[in-house]
Amino acid sequence: MIEPSDRTIVGPVYVLGDNVDTDLIIPAQYLNLVPTIPAEYRQLGAYALAGLPDGLPPFVPAGRTASPYRIVIAGRNFGCGSSREHAPIALGAAGVKAVVARSYARIFFRNTVATGELYPFESVQDLPEVFRTGDEAELDAQRGCITHCPSGQAFRLKPLGDAQPVIEAGGLFGYARKSGMIRR
Amino acid sequence: MSSTITEKILARASGRDRVSPGDNIWVNADVLLTHDVCGPGTIGIFQREFGETARVWDREKVVIIPDHYIFTADAKAHRNVEILRAFVREQGLPHYYDPGTPRYKGVCHLALPEEGYVRPGEVIVGTDSHTCTHGALGAFATGVGNTDAAFILGTGKILLKVPPTLRFNLNGAQPDFVTAKDMVLRIIGDIGVDGANYCAMEFGGEAVRQMNVDERMTLCNMAVEAGAKNGIIEPDETAWAYVRARTDKAFEPLRGDAGAAVAAERTYDAGAFEPCVAEPHLPSNYAPARARSHVRLDRAYIGSCTGGKLTDFLMAARILRGRRVSIETLLVPATTEVAEKLITETLDGKSLVEVFAEAGCRDIAPPSCAACLGGPVDTFGRTRGKEVVISTTNRNFIGRMGSKDAPIYLASPLTVAASAVTGRITDPREFL
Repeated sequence: MIEPSDRTIVGPVYVLGDNVDTDLIIPAQYLNLVPTIPAEYRQLGAYALAGLPDGLPPFVPAGRTASPYRIVIAGRNFGCGSSREHAPIALGAAGVKAVVARSYARIFFRNTVATGELYPFESVQDLPEVFRTGDEAELDAQRGCITHCPSGQAFRLKPLGDAQPVIEAGGLFGYARKSGMIRR
Repeated sequence: MSSTITEKILARASGRDRVSPGDNIWVNADVLLTHDVCGPGTIGIFQREFGETARVWDREKVVIIPDHYIFTADAKAHRNVEILRAFVREQGLPHYYDPGTPRYKGVCHLALPEEGYVRPGEVIVGTDSHTCTHGALGAFATGVGNTDAAFILGTGKILLKVPPTLRFNLNGAQPDFVTAKDMVLRIIGDIGVDGANYCAMEFGGEAVRQMNVDERMTLCNMAVEAGAKNGIIEPDETAWAYVRARTDKAFEPLRGDAGAAVAAERTYDAGAFEPCVAEPHLPSNYAPARARSHVRLDRAYIGSCTGGKLTDFLMAARILRGRRVSIETLLVPATTEVAEKLITETLDGKSLVEVFAEAGCRDIAPPSCAACLGGPVDTFGRTRGKEVVISTTNRNFIGRMGSKDAPIYLASPLTVAASAVTGRITDPREFL
């Protein structure tokens, strides 16, 4: 979940390519977990990106539920496939605060905003060509830029527009209350 | 100003005279569909946000069809169905199809139209990406996550951006060895897995008008594999007859205006399609089946919302009648209605069940999503090792059917059946 302290996100990145699908993000065998049950929400974190092919660095160390990576960098069409909200939730539960991709599949983008789990920033350049898994990055969610710390290079991110206040209100329900769309 | 069918449905459902692509509008849902995988989380959010004693906005508009993890010993899967049952009891929901009872149906995307919930001109929102299937009957239908679904449960409303329409004209006559699956895999191959991101994919033309509803569903089902928000086909006599046979509820179909502006248009000659596959690991990896005849296979799979309808099994039977499969061949009818018709429908005096048994297919599995999406480890047909699979399903992502090491080729039921006979990817024209 995005907190006010997450307006600046500093930490190592995990780098992926194009068309990262929801079966890679959370394989279907773990969809028996119900995200609104707190213990199962945490468990979803353990399985974030569990569908990645073997041989890549583990995204979450064995036996843990949190990932050392706070930012995921990817190419085009991130989150394609299923409508499973378990996908942004698994990443958020693992401690990911932002994905920075060239573009997103529609439902995944919508689910990140509706849940307020993480920022789905769109990059202008192909950042997988710049960042390597494990590189430190600093993402400024207010200014909309990400800095590759080893080189000091900064890259502009596209504005989140209407989605930003929803994410920062904690998601769809937080925003709906704040703006008076629903009571309580 | 003229409007597409998608724009007309969204305008009516939002109480406006007209809408344009890019407009953000609050839309009233006519049906909210959920199942055992996303229903429990949706209910959890609904209760957390609207309160433990909150009531759903309209009991008549909530349809719950468990279908994903039904025939499994997985304790959490059973617990999740219990969550659905408790909610159905507490809310007094009439449209629930309980596993283990005669009401059980199977795959929600075929059960929903079969049970008369898909009506032309209406808005259907479901917690499953393949909700786009229902555009086959002229509805606006789209998939969402649990949070949006919970918001609808409480309010009946969803904020939608009106999608631009991409129109696909499939002109001319369709050869009998070409199926809707071949057409849509070719289209996805041409435009890519994000080629229709955020857009409506509207299918029309002579070949579409000649298709039965099952085949139209295959076209619209796969729209999300190109990233589309919805797939849609203008309702005609074929759609009308299907819907009227299944519901008495009043509905008002809508049609697009002639010459309505679309963002892009592609025209295909239906006679130019040919049997094809999508190679691992994306639905856009198009290749003609005849160009991949060197690929050896271990398993053939016929099932799912895309490829487990009666028409899909009839196509497979055309090939398998009087022939023997040479690889393990698994058959999973999408719904109990399809399963019953496999017994009653005949080909040359033999039931489809007999045709498949004589061909050496494995016993027909009970209706559910089964191995289409892997699922719990004891799921029927789930891949476990390096099996090379050819399947009538809709996704061939890494690990989609269970094992990360099991590559999946997507194809039509004709191509899957022909390949089951030879044990390698085979153009069905070899047998037709």
